[in-house]
Amino acid sequence: MNIHAIKSIYYFEMSRTARTIMQSIISPVVSTSLYFVVFGSAIGSRITEIDGVSYGAFIVPGLVMLSLLTQSVSNASFGIYFPRFTGTIYELLSAPISPLEIVIGYVGAAASKSIVLGSIILATAGFFVPLEIAHPFWMLTFLVLTSITFSLLGFIIGIWADGFEKLQIVPLLIITPLTFLGGSFYSINMLPPFWQTVSLFNPVVYLVSGFRWSFYEISDVGVGVSVAMTGVFLVLCLAIISWMFKTGYRLKN
Amino acid sequence: MPTIISINNLSKTYASGFSALKNVNLNIEKGEIFALLGPNGAGKTTLISTICGIVRPSEGTVTVAGRNIVTDYRKTRAMIGLVPQELTTDAFETVWATVSFSRGLFGKAPNPALVEHILKSLSLYAKKDNKIMTLSGGMKRRVMIAKALSHEPEILFLDEPSAGVDVELRKDMWNIVRGLRDTGVTVILTTHYIEEAEEMADRVGVINNGELILVEEKKLLMRKLGKKQLTLELQQPLTGVPSEFDEFHLELSQDGTNLIYTYDTQGERTGITTLLKELNERGIRFRDLSTKQSSLEEIFVSLVRKK
Ligand SMILES: Nc1ncnc2c1ncn2[C@@H]1O[C@H](COP(=O)(O)OP(=O)(O)O)[C@@H](O)[C@H]1O
Ligand SMILES: [Mg+2]
Repeated sequence: MNIHAIKSIYYFEMSRTARTIMQSIISPVVSTSLYFVVFGSAIGSRITEIDGVSYGAFIVPGLVMLSLLTQSVSNASFGIYFPRFTGTIYELLSAPISPLEIVIGYVGAAASKSIVLGSIILATAGFFVPLEIAHPFWMLTFLVLTSITFSLLGFIIGIWADGFEKLQIVPLLIITPLTFLGGSFYSINMLPPFWQTVSLFNPVVYLVSGFRWSFYEISDVGVGVSVAMTGVFLVLCLAIISWMFKTGYRLKN
Repeated sequence: MPTIISINNLSKTYASGFSALKNVNLNIEKGEIFALLGPNGAGKTTLISTICGIVRPSEGTVTVAGRNIVTDYRKTRAMIGLVPQELTTDAFETVWATVSFSRGLFGKAPNPALVEHILKSLSLYAKKDNKIMTLSGGMKRRVMIAKALSHEPEILFLDEPSAGVDVELRKDMWNIVRGLRDTGVTVILTTHYIEEAEEMADRVGVINNGELILVEEKKLLMRKLGKKQLTLELQQPLTGVPSEFDEFHLELSQDGTNLIYTYDTQGERTGITTLLKELNERGIRFRDLSTKQSSLEEIFVSLVRKK
């Protein structure tokens, strides 16, 4: 293991964030607050409790997931796309470092940022609704697993993208809709049966459901299924990345 | 001198189907300065990139210090520093941060004293806290050299180090390279300037169209390349070169108005004075004269033809 290299990449990526700290922290805090004002107070006051949980509290896990998914993908994809774009990737490719170490450095940094961000959003939410976390261990497990999995996905996108548009299109056109349709702001059970079945093809449903269960012990699908699906998705991302390095896909000529 | 890099039957065909390297065989000796000369598109960057791990070889093998660059890449890459042709830097990083980053990436523990030493030797120390984007092109080139040296490589690749560089930096760079050689570092540089090879190299390789045409001690090559032509524009056309001038191997242009004398700049005497004196004595007068050194392109063409 080239530990020094992993550390270098990790610190490099973290200090890149530190330079844009205001934007990285303020913007999620502001948007979370807005969601609470709009959904929690204005609309939420007219919605009855869902499964015994007030609507404001009900959307907290979904809100965290929404930021977690979009930020993980965009951070990780940018992290690896940028050196490809500027050409500094030459150094990474010529360094005595294995693909796994590159992934640990970049994905580790992106996931760390997401975890910090998730915690900030949770803290912000605490100002609006009383937070109760029934299973802190599982809450943390979902937070960490999701951050890693979607940072891996972002890494894949960053290698696949050949322009800044593609880099933005995936979070915008895929991640955000899937999250909104994945039960972040409602329970799948509130949908007609047909759409409930369709929803089960949306991977985000499992993440949100499991995450919400760790807070309130209510879920749309079984917790075991949620953990398993997250694991499957993580392994899938790892497999794609290892294929990319093996074939040199968009990295080496 | 023992061999440090051994390239065997190396070929590279890009995904486009373009064959950029054709069966290249070359041994680089430990501690030498090797100049790879060739026109644009010859395959110099491809060759370097392959050895450094940026381009995958299609066929053949390369070993560095006896280790295969594909199967034993950790060991081989740790020994190599690369200054690429293009100026690609992390614009928002400081000089200090980017050089320290490179050292870590190549698996070395932080060593601020060494980084300081490298920056000072490249006249970069005063700029250590500046963001790279605020530096001039020449300074950026120095930063890239500093990055390549940050992990104390035993082998240094410089891809077109003189491209777009001012005279001062070029001189500095030559001094740095000589300093490195004195400490035992092997240096491989590519260039299309003959003077650069002449100034620096122990040996020279010439590459064209992906083929390594020749590898020669610099001194021998320079003698071959050091030919110049003197063209005399005559007042009266000649029908043939008078036999008295046989020793000069003169050529006459088709219309008989130009006499061409090819001489060796590296020789003890060029023979020009004698030639002009004798022409004068025979009453052959000329209107004008010009001299011309074969351009690198012409040299390549003649080398390729010989093949
Ligand atoms: N990624 C690539 N795909 C296809 N052809 C390439 C690629 N990179 C370089 N080439 C071609 O290979 C040849 C050699 O390029 P290069 O090694 O950069 O030459 P040099 O460094 O001697 O100027 C050129 O004709 C170039 O167009
Ligand atoms: Mg080149």
